[in-house]
Amino acid sequence: MPDVLLARYADCIFWLARYVERAENLARILDVNETFSRDGRGGQNWRSIVQLNSDEKRFFAKHDTASVHSVVNFYVIDNDNPTSILSAICNARENARTLRPLISTEMWVQLNMFYNHLLGLCAEDLAPGRLGALFATIKEACQTHTGITEGTFFRDQGWYFYQIGRYIERADQTTRLLDIKYHLLLPSVADVGSPADVSQWNALLRSAAGYHAFRRLHAASTTPARVAGFLLLNPAFPRSAHHCVREVGQLLGEVKSRYALRRGNDAAEELDRLQALLGTLDVSTILSRGLHEFLDTIQRQLIAVTRELSVAFFGYIPEELQVQAATPQ
Amino acid sequence: MNPSVLDGYDPQDFYCEMLRSPASRAVRERLASLSIEALKQRASNANAELYNLGITFTVYSDAKTIDRILPFDVIPRVLSGEEWREIESGIVQRITAINLLLDDIYHQQHLLRDGIVPSDLILGNRNYRPLMRGIDVPHKTYVNICGTDIVRDEHGAFLVLEDNARTPSGVSYVVENRHLMLRAFPDLLDEIGLHPVENYGARLISALYEVAPAGIADPRVVLLSPGTYNSAYFEHVFLAREMGVPLVEGRDLLVEDDRVFMRTTGGLSRVDVIYRRIDDDYLDPGAFLPESTLGVPGLMRAYRAGNVALANAVGTGVADDKAVYAYMPRIIRYYLAQEPILQNVETHICREPEALRYTLDHLAELVVKPVGEAGGYGITVGPKATRRELDECRAKLLADPSNYISQPCVKLSVAPTLVDGHVEPRHVDLRPFAVTGSSTWVLPGGLTRVALRRGSLVVNSSQGGGSKDTWVVA
Repeated sequence: MPDVLLARYADCIFWLARYVERAENLARILDVNETFSRDGRGGQNWRSIVQLNSDEKRFFAKHDTASVHSVVNFYVIDNDNPTSILSAICNARENARTLRPLISTEMWVQLNMFYNHLLGLCAEDLAPGRLGALFATIKEACQTHTGITEGTFFRDQGWYFYQIGRYIERADQTTRLLDIKYHLLLPSVADVGSPADVSQWNALLRSAAGYHAFRRLHAASTTPARVAGFLLLNPAFPRSAHHCVREVGQLLGEVKSRYALRRGNDAAEELDRLQALLGTLDVSTILSRGLHEFLDTIQRQLIAVTRELSVAFFGYIPEELQVQAATPQ
Repeated sequence: MNPSVLDGYDPQDFYCEMLRSPASRAVRERLASLSIEALKQRASNANAELYNLGITFTVYSDAKTIDRILPFDVIPRVLSGEEWREIESGIVQRITAINLLLDDIYHQQHLLRDGIVPSDLILGNRNYRPLMRGIDVPHKTYVNICGTDIVRDEHGAFLVLEDNARTPSGVSYVVENRHLMLRAFPDLLDEIGLHPVENYGARLISALYEVAPAGIADPRVVLLSPGTYNSAYFEHVFLAREMGVPLVEGRDLLVEDDRVFMRTTGGLSRVDVIYRRIDDDYLDPGAFLPESTLGVPGLMRAYRAGNVALANAVGTGVADDKAVYAYMPRIIRYYLAQEPILQNVETHICREPEALRYTLDHLAELVVKPVGEAGGYGITVGPKATRRELDECRAKLLADPSNYISQPCVKLSVAPTLVDGHVEPRHVDLRPFAVTGSSTWVLPGGLTRVALRRGSLVVNSSQGGGSKDTWVVA
């Protein structure tokens, strides 16, 4: 019955993709931070991760300081923390379990084993010398998921909602990363041009897997404006906000026309607004108007798109949505 | 030399499915060439695979969910073609009689007027649904899916223990166990002439098409599940996948103008046949338990209007009631004018004073069962019970005799089973699955459940049971 998709399944597949994407991004950030934070700003760097998801309150209720130990613990194996990798993969697996009639057995088995692997991690696995390997495993498991999905998931409506979820999450993650790190890294007078400074910008690019591509474009000089412009606006960089939003727009248009879905025009309108923001401004204009405000607008707009998708396709009732958006399944 | 699998295996005086089976010679020979170490290794791989595949049932404890596998024993249970034909024809006969019984008690009630079964046993049964009176179901098939529990006594005779005519589960394990065996023991199965179990899903959906409301060219079938928290959720997933149909929950469905729809990304979409894995009580809060959140308000209206088919039909629970079971041989003779091919276990219906007296006098030798329970709950096994348990049982019997039946303690057959690194005899039963649309088809073999605790007769998964692959060898 490839022509119909249960609204609840569409919701689950959208969130399944988002949770895996979220876990991968978090693993990237933690990994890069672990590798490149050996400077005077180490503590500040770990603290910035806590700010990424506005988790300060919950984090500091459990831990006195943001150290490599406490942050990695909180974000990898703490199952009380809804923003941990374990929680994300737990949610992804729960969605996958609901979706078992729709997804391939390989997708399910891999997520199930990934989750069981994370559940089995103990404090020893988080020891300093082993973190690199741990993050590599997590990233690879997320990418394996993506690859298995690409290679086995039947291309009907579910595939579209899966991809829409993945790109929305990725755009959101990139803006969050930039928002936190940009302000942290803005050079103070004394730092300008120092080696530490450049290495931090490079680390930021590495978090988003953009280091090499950036080098190819801007071999000679790394400036904050160029990094911000690259991460936000570069149309060829797969994690740039611009690329992700453009993909969502195309996918939404295709799924609507191919399956004759009447609804979803409001979501398309919100997306148009987003594309206009990302497609018309250059980075110097964005910086002069205020990067934080701009990123905030993008994030709010992504939430609006999710809300409209939820009402149009996932069976949510608009009045209930405040609550639902705060606790996605 | 390493000991091989069946060295030193002693089934004592029980009927052994492996040693006595006329069809197991080839399997025995192949097992004899396998060392116990190799068997253990393959068994542990197979069980790890079950866990990775998520072929699990869910157990709740301390508000946490735990995924358990149904332990899989890798030594198959073997049935000969001749043994299987007896079981198969016996099951077809029984299901035919059950469907005639259900059609009769919801229409003319000849059976009751002829005094074959006491009226109040049927009409006063909590699973009798007056709402079903006068409703015609397609092909007069009420029980589309049946799982008949069969045991074997010390003489090797097959006896029916229970007719599960509501929402029997376990068929997913039959198919998955076979897949597991094919991967773990290709050498054991090679050219042995095994009846395949692959096509259950195709048979099931064909039967469901046959019972769709008349005049619908391309009926839409869905499987209705209570959801991911149900212990049989894996099976619901399995069946939905095998049939290629959506797995829905009550909240995905709604009834408008006595028609059933599901909520999709493109709006409402018509549903014609529902294979429901929800008990009658929870199907429709408007018709049955008002507090049910699993069901679909208005579903019974649509059903009575003939706009949707439900499989199994509503009201089949009266046929697998343990007290009605006692009358099944008489019911078969009444409707079919045939002798039952499969016998019942001798049953004392405690609502009858004489049977109650006999039960109370022989409590320590009998198995006492509540009539309405499933899953092996509430059973007292006389020979294994303590003094105190027997006293408690006696008190319950006296307080509410019509809630109980008693049966002699059948010396269940055993099969060699790998337990803690040794092969020992363990008691087994058999649940074949039958699918009925316009006619009945029985999946060759069925689920062999094995009581893994030494001496235990209780094979239920909730009570320490495991399973085996069942081989019908031509």
